[in-house]
This record gives sequence, structure tokens and C-alpha cells, in this order.
Amino acid sequence: MPASAMPESGSKAPEKSRMSPKSVAIWTTVALAGALGWAVLALSRGEEISAVWLVVAALGSYAIAYRFYSRFLARRVLQVDDTRATPAERLEDGVDYHPTDKRVLFGHHFAAIAGAGPLVGPVLAAQMGYLPGTIWIVAGVIFAGAVQDMIVLFLSMRRDGKSLGQMARDEIGKVGGAAALIGVFAIMIILLAVLAMVVVNALAESAWGTFSVTMTIPIALFMGFYMRYLRPGRVVETSLIGVALLLLAILGGGWIQDSSLAEYFVWSPETLVFCLVGYGFVASVLPVWMLLAPRDYLSTFMKVGTIALMAVGVVIAAPNLKAESVTDFASTGAGPVFAGSLFPFLFITIACGALSGFHALVSSGTTPKLIQKESQVRMIGYGSMLTESFVAVMALIAACVLEPGLFYAMNSPAALLGPTVDTASEAVKNLGFTITPDQLTAAAKAVEEETLVGRSGGAPTLAVGMSEIFAGVFGGAGMKAFWYHFAIMFEALFILTTVDAGTRVGRFMLQDMLGNVWKPIGRVTWKPGIWITSALVVGAWGYFLYAGVTDPLGGIKQLFPLFGIANQLLAAVALAVTTTVLIKSGKLRWAWVTGIPLAWDVAVTFTAGWQKIFSDNPAIGFFALRDKYAQAIEDGQLLPGATDMDDMHTIVLNNTVDGVIMAIFLLLVLTVLVNCAVVCVRAVRAAGPLPTTEVPYIESRIDVPEQPAEPLVGARS
Amino acid sequence: MRTVRKALSAVRWYARELTGEAEYDRYCESHRRHHPYAPVPTRREYEVLRTRRREEQPEGRCC
Repeated sequence: MPASAMPESGSKAPEKSRMSPKSVAIWTTVALAGALGWAVLALSRGEEISAVWLVVAALGSYAIAYRFYSRFLARRVLQVDDTRATPAERLEDGVDYHPTDKRVLFGHHFAAIAGAGPLVGPVLAAQMGYLPGTIWIVAGVIFAGAVQDMIVLFLSMRRDGKSLGQMARDEIGKVGGAAALIGVFAIMIILLAVLAMVVVNALAESAWGTFSVTMTIPIALFMGFYMRYLRPGRVVETSLIGVALLLLAILGGGWIQDSSLAEYFVWSPETLVFCLVGYGFVASVLPVWMLLAPRDYLSTFMKVGTIALMAVGVVIAAPNLKAESVTDFASTGAGPVFAGSLFPFLFITIACGALSGFHALVSSGTTPKLIQKESQVRMIGYGSMLTESFVAVMALIAACVLEPGLFYAMNSPAALLGPTVDTASEAVKNLGFTITPDQLTAAAKAVEEETLVGRSGGAPTLAVGMSEIFAGVFGGAGMKAFWYHFAIMFEALFILTTVDAGTRVGRFMLQDMLGNVWKPIGRVTWKPGIWITSALVVGAWGYFLYAGVTDPLGGIKQLFPLFGIANQLLAAVALAVTTTVLIKSGKLRWAWVTGIPLAWDVAVTFTAGWQKIFSDNPAIGFFALRDKYAQAIEDGQLLPGATDMDDMHTIVLNNTVDGVIMAIFLLLVLTVLVNCAVVCVRAVRAAGPLPTTEVPYIESRIDVPEQPAEPLVGARS
Repeated sequence: MRTVRKALSAVRWYARELTGEAEYDRYCESHRRHHPYAPVPTRREYEVLRTRRREEQPEGRCC
């Protein structure tokens, strides 16, 4: 590292830059290509269009947004200053803080924010057609999601990498800070439960899937021991071995499925719940090198590889979109996958991919401590989120290349579909789509599954769509079953990594909070404390997982809205904190940058939350549904969905719990918002900027050229 | 041939940096710079330290 370099690189005050004729021509072409994509999407009525147009529209918009809007944010709003030393430089210790190459940090950050969320939400949202989903994914990320990620990253970077919770406490006050902290924890529990439910729905009754996902545990353990004892630190080599073993496990699953061993791997959803809960506990208590770290490497490699493969597949196969551009469910709100009309429920179903509150936790975690130069927040914060949004667009494409009949047969609740392909075919017909029982059987046979009926949760649908696209490019129809199980495995791997890491993070948060009340439990080395808090965290998400899996009305339909609202409420907290900090630091004229997304997000989440609590329509309101079933119990009746009185009581209990949780979330976030508003008013009335906890300017002494020609130290060892 | 080799070494560099495999080299380099007479920890020792750090500061994975 050239420590003696002259400290005078980077941009100074934003000067008016004139674009060269060549770059004007290039950007005009990009803009026209994007506009053409949108025009094709908007003008096609009734005829099938190619998925490539979606890709063109999205990529064109991302390019323009990155080039112009993120640059505006960096230069005008945040006033990034490359002569200012970042915490990575000032506090460099080679451990937590060290300046990292921006391309590497981009990869890190992307691997940390991208998971199963952007794959699941858009699939469910395909119920309203591909157009509303695409518009929200693209517009949402440009004006809200990527803005949130970038600004939170920037503010945390200016505060030595403080977490969102700490920033809330420091900049807003104790009450808002505490509400934010409890909110983050509660929201994480719901997130883990819903993601785990996606895995359960994907693996239940499937010997192939269960075998290959189970095999990831011995593979990860093997990798852990290999890296610790045989070849310490050889992560790349170990990960390559792991990926090879993983592919073998997928092939092996096909073999198990056809052998007499199959019956040992056909597990009921309830069994899977107990396995997952047990696994989550063990993963949280074991040393990280054994299970968590190797699985994380495996997941990162699979993530990057599969997403690249998917992009290639979509462009080469160029499948036609079979779904309608806008379905009737968008206006009637009577869709079978999730209830409620387009506003607000589309915007909470597609959470990750457009705007995800959870990213604020990552953006205020490790990443800000590793940034070399301030201007890199643009590529790392804004750029990573655009990439995640593109993943969401591809997931939406995968869902929309399916025949709508198959989509609804897979994603409607079991209570609606009934037990057989014939009843499912009939149910789909009542929804206004067609699929024959033979077609349903053939579709399941093509991917070697017992049945595809009622396989809700998004993962199986995405897997069928991906197998359709991949088989068109690599290997033909004979490879469909492999690609299906490849996709299932890849999603399960993502989710289990999130569950591992999430349980651990949750445990630390809980230890931290409980440590204030009773000291010993806060000690991270006290074994019983670790066990108790791990069990509490696992028990909390396990309860919601079990309730969701056994819910007679379909857990995804009941809990996914709660998950979406929770995630978007967290985004509201992050956007409120950023807006407050902008106003406090005298940037009132730029406060709209986060203020408008905040207003929109609050409108969406509070409308959705309000409807979920107070709606008289039992399809939407938790308490309305509760009252309906409670009334029926008094009258001694069985309502649709319930097979006996126990089911009826379960429905009443689940809806009561869900409604109460919803109310608690809204109240917590309302507390934060009110507290922020008070601070903002105070800041506007004050004569000058209010004091913030920003670290004062220190001149940077490292020089980073635009693109380092030489790799960093260690590349050639 | 040369471009292929160049591309492969770029991929290798990226993978090593991304997974943190290159951290040890960087650590040794700075260790030698700051404590020229102290012995550098072995890879095995360093990795134990590195996982212990990871143990204490869990990194969240998003949805």
C-alpha cells in the first residue's frame, strides 16, 4: 500500500462536469433501449412477449439510475469526499477495519444482502401479473431501496461503522432507539420463521430434495474440519470441493428417490419443523468453524454461480411470458396466493428486491468498516442493491414463464385445491384458468416430484420456472428434474444459511438486551447463557414456523404478509433515521431523497397493517377471520379449511397471535416515527445544524486510483 | 492463451479476496512491517484467531 502517496486525489467540490459527445451518445442509446423495453411491456395487450424485454427495460433503467441518480446522491446530497479518511483507514487494525478493494467489498456486501427474499416475493406477486411487479421492483429499487442502502452505508461509515440501532439511539433518543432495537429483534424472528417455512414447503414429502439438502450438513462439517485441520485457511480450494460434493448430492438425491431408501427421506412437514428447529439450535451453539462458516462459503459460491447462470439462461432461452400483464386479482384483491388488492399488498409482497429494511442492518454492520474511499458507497451501496433487484426481476420472469394454470395449482392454499389433481384442476378452473389433471401429473413427473399441487411458498414455483429456462439452454427436457432439484437445493441452502446466521445474530441481540437486566446472561462466553438465549430465539421462530406449517388455511398466505410488512416497517425505521440525520446536518433541501420513499413506505405499511387488523373482510383482517371462526365454534359448525374442531381452534389462536403481533410492530415503528418527527421539527427550528455524532474530518493519506492496476498485497502468494 | 491465464488469475485473486483467504498474506505483510523481529504466526494459528473473531461478531445474512 503506498502509504507515502500524496494525499490529494479524488473529487473536490462538485464542479459542473461536461459530458463528452461520445458519452452523450452512449447514454442516449442506453436510455432509448430502456425506453423501448418499457414501451414493449406497456403496449403489448393480450399477446405473449419475450422475457428479454423485461430484462432490457430493467437493465436500461438501472444503468441510467446508477449513472445519474446515484451520482447526484453522492455529490450533491451526501457530498462524499475522497480526501476524508474512512474508518477503514483511520482505525485500521487488520481485523475489523481495513481498507478493502471496492470490487471485493461489492461482492461481500452483495453476498450479505442477497438471499431468498428477492426470489420468493416476486414469485408470489406474479399473481397480479408481471407488469405491476416489474414496475415496483425497478422503480422501488431506484428511488427507495438502493437509496436507503447507500445512505445508511454512508451515515454509518461517517460514524465509524455504528449499527442502525445505535445511530437511532444517538441521533433520535433513548425511546426511539429502544423501540428500534426491540422492533429489529421481533421482525427478525418473523423473518426466520417465514423463510424456514419456505424450506419446509419445498422439502415436505420429497425424498430427492430432503436427501440433498440434508447432505449439505455433512458436507459443511467436512469442509469445516478440512479447513481447520488438514489445509488451514484454504477457503477457495475447500469451497470448490464443497460445490462438487453438493452437485453429487443433488445427483445422489435422484438415485435415492428411485431406490428403496426413498421412504426414509419422505418427511412430513411437522417432522421437518422439528429438524429445522433442532438444527438451528445446534448451529447457534456449535463453534462457527464447524458448520456456519463453511456453509456460508458454500452458499456464497452457489449464490454467485447460480445468479450468473440464471441471467445467461434468461437471455439465451428468451422464454415467452405466459402470465397476463395485469390480472383481475390486482383490482379485486381476491387472489388465492395472497389476499388484498394491489395497493398496498403488492408492495409488501415484493419486499426484498425493491426495498428491504434488513439491508439497513447489513449496511450498518461490517461493510462501512471496510470502505477505502467515501465515493465507493455509490458502487457498494447503490450498485449491490441494483444487482439484487435484477435477481428479483429474474425470479419474476421464472414465475411468469409458467402456464398460469400450473402457477395457481401450485400456489393456492391446500384448503382451496383439495387433495387430488382432479380437485385442483377444478379449483383452478373456478379461478378462471385452465389446467387438466393430466397436465398436472405430467408437470410433476417432469421434475420427478410426487405432486406439484399446493406446493406454495414460492420456492417450488421458482424451481419449476428455472428448470424450464435452464432445460431450454443446458441439457434439454431430460435435465429438467436435475435443474428443479438444483434450484430447490440452492434456495434451501440460502435460507438455511440465513437461519443459521440469523439465529446467532438474534442470540447476540437477546444476550445484549437481557444482559441489561441480568448481567451473567450477557456474557458471550458463559455456556448456559448461550444455551438459554439460543433456545429462546429458536423457540420463538420455531413457534411461528410450527403454527404456519400446521395452519389449516395455509401458513404462507397467513404469515407472508406479516413478513412483508415487518420488513417494510424496518425500512421505514431506516428511512426515518436517515431523513432525520439529513435534516439535523442542515440538508433540509435534500431531505426529500429519503423523505419521499419514507412517506410512501409508511403509507404502504400502515395501510396494510391497518387492513390486516381492522378490515371486516375475513380474507384480509386477522381479527375478522378470528371472529368468524370463533362464532362458528359457538354455533358448533365447521367452516371451510378446517377438518375438525381442533383446526377451528387453531385458526382462532393463530389469527389472534398474528393480529396482536401486527399491532405491536405498528406501535413500535410509530414510536420511532413520532420521535424522529420531534427531532426533525427541533432541527428545522434551530438556527444552525444540530450536533450529530459524525466523526470529524481527518485527511486521507491513501491514494486509490479509479481502477487499481495492481492487485492488492497477497494476490501473488 | 495469455488472456486466458490473465482472466483465470483475476478470478483466483477475486475468489481469494472475497473468501478472506488472502487475509493471512496481508496480515503477515503488515506484521513483518510493524514487528520485523517477531515471528509471524503460522497459517494454522492465524486461522484459529480468525474464526474466534468470527465467533464473537456474527455477521447477519439477509433475506
